[in-house]
Amino acid sequence: MTSSPASLRYHSQLRQSAAERRAETHPLTWRLREDGALIGLEEYVEKEGYAAVKKVLGELSSSDVIDTMKEANVRGRGGAGFSAGVKWSLTMQGGDLPRGYIVCNADEMEPGTFKDRLLLEQQPHLLIEGMILGAYANNSCYGYIFLRGEYIEAANALARAIDEARAAGWLGKDIAGSGFDFDIALHTGAGRYICGEETALINSLEGKRANPRNKPPFPGQSGAWGKPTVVNNVETLCNVPAVMQHGAKWYQELSGGLSDDGGTKLYGVSGRVNRTGLWELPIGTSGAELLDRAGGVKDGRGLKTWLPGGGSTGFLLPEHLELALDFDTIGEYGSRLGTGLLTVVTEDQSVVSLTRNLEAFFARESCGWCTPCRDGLPWTLKILQSLERGEGEQGDIELLESLATDLGPGRTFCAHAPGAAMPLESSIRHFRHEFEAGITHRRHAAHEDPIPVGEV
Amino acid sequence: MNDNASLNIHSSIASDGDGFVLHEEDRAAILEERDHYEQPQAACIEALKIVQRRHGWVPDGAIPAIAEVLGVGPASVEGVATFYSLIFRQPVGRHVILICDSSSCFLTGFDELREAITAELGIDFGQTTPDGRFTLLPVCCLGACDRGPAMMIGDDTFGPVPPEAVAELLKEYS
Repeated sequence: MTSSPASLRYHSQLRQSAAERRAETHPLTWRLREDGALIGLEEYVEKEGYAAVKKVLGELSSSDVIDTMKEANVRGRGGAGFSAGVKWSLTMQGGDLPRGYIVCNADEMEPGTFKDRLLLEQQPHLLIEGMILGAYANNSCYGYIFLRGEYIEAANALARAIDEARAAGWLGKDIAGSGFDFDIALHTGAGRYICGEETALINSLEGKRANPRNKPPFPGQSGAWGKPTVVNNVETLCNVPAVMQHGAKWYQELSGGLSDDGGTKLYGVSGRVNRTGLWELPIGTSGAELLDRAGGVKDGRGLKTWLPGGGSTGFLLPEHLELALDFDTIGEYGSRLGTGLLTVVTEDQSVVSLTRNLEAFFARESCGWCTPCRDGLPWTLKILQSLERGEGEQGDIELLESLATDLGPGRTFCAHAPGAAMPLESSIRHFRHEFEAGITHRRHAAHEDPIPVGEV
Repeated sequence: MNDNASLNIHSSIASDGDGFVLHEEDRAAILEERDHYEQPQAACIEALKIVQRRHGWVPDGAIPAIAEVLGVGPASVEGVATFYSLIFRQPVGRHVILICDSSSCFLTGFDELREAITAELGIDFGQTTPDGRFTLLPVCCLGACDRGPAMMIGDDTFGPVPPEAVAELLKEYS
């Protein structure tokens, strides 16, 4: 049966019923409606919206907010896992320093990641409230939501929410009578994954090519237009209102002993499972629990491998499903939590082909600024393509391993190449035999009969 | 805006270009965008998108025209225009199809979806149908991984799109 075009339309959807979600346990999603409709200002305010702004602005100091955020230990949900409170404490402010900017990174493009879209489309006021609190803590005069250009529905929701918030006095001069001025503009992108890297994002915001910047200076010292700038992911900022309303201790306890980290996480599962989706669960929930919620592996096939949090995280094995999905635990097993959205791969899938797909993505999306990334990734891709065709030669695997090292941390301005190196290195480590099967030529065979230029 | 000498040079390039005239509404929209930022260069990407919304792509003459409005060099506008994948520097079809080719869609039927669209339209990535109706491009993970394989047609996002639904879906876009 052919589906009608209307039924094919994509809608972001949470897999948890409203009955399962409560304000005390689900700070990110308890307000979301069963039908997935946009929460407007009125409904948001009815559901305790902007209560944290009222509580904090004019009542607490900037350093009070930063201390609470540090204590809550909200770790960056964009994938890096750096404490948002610590980041905020490094933003320069005071004295003669000009007020700077707060930028929300809503450039969600990590392969396998579809969590921020949900928050942006259905609950934009939560993000705005988080940004107001972040601006207050970082002494930012203005905020930008850097949204990827393809998120049309999110752009509409955010534009409407910003207007509503401004009309109601939550944005603009003297917010809620606190004397604090702050406003937000929506900035939509025009493609390119690299815009999600925080310094590339700042260049893109300034209307330049999205090449990363050298660090230091860090954005907190000199960011957009040379002003102190703090960049946080959507989910990170959406945690701030509940932290400020209920306190750091409450937030810490949300993980219920599953993790040293506090709070919840928007986890998700995609790939070859029966019931893909998104769930807000305590941070530290296991991969097994998520796979169970996703109805298990599709068609009763065996699980071969999985990525814990996007294309730039390392492959894990079925035996790793019992691990707590938090930043420190996953980091001990040659991978990263990343965005916490699992990509599930079944036994019938060639790992060489999947790695080729991932490296093709990274090669295409390299901004070209650093040589190892610009030249190393297409080289990696070329070798993977020949292995996939069964035309590899001896030494290819060792070459890929050395490329994975040379693309690793510390060799480039940003984390793009290290992000590409992680699935490459881990796929070879776990599934070397599959790569070996693609080798049919002896070493340097390709150099024996040169192909004339123009015939390639 | 500074009324400096280089700005006048840009003006002359704009008027000697390929006959491109920046629409008054677009000029006003670009100026409004400019006010959202500390420096006018920041409105560059949005300016390109404004022009693209009207013309479908960014004609050569638009580059110096935008540069003039923003008071920046044409080279920096062109540098930006050629960097971003959603800014088109050559004509595209009335509807641009973006197929997600990232990992989750790769695992859930990207190859089959691409084949179905290629077979239906007779074009591959980077090409436009002879009737100017569709242009086909790959795109970074669309953030619709829970419903792969996913794709966009113009501003509309779809997923999952089974290969057999492609013909019917494309009929909606004339």
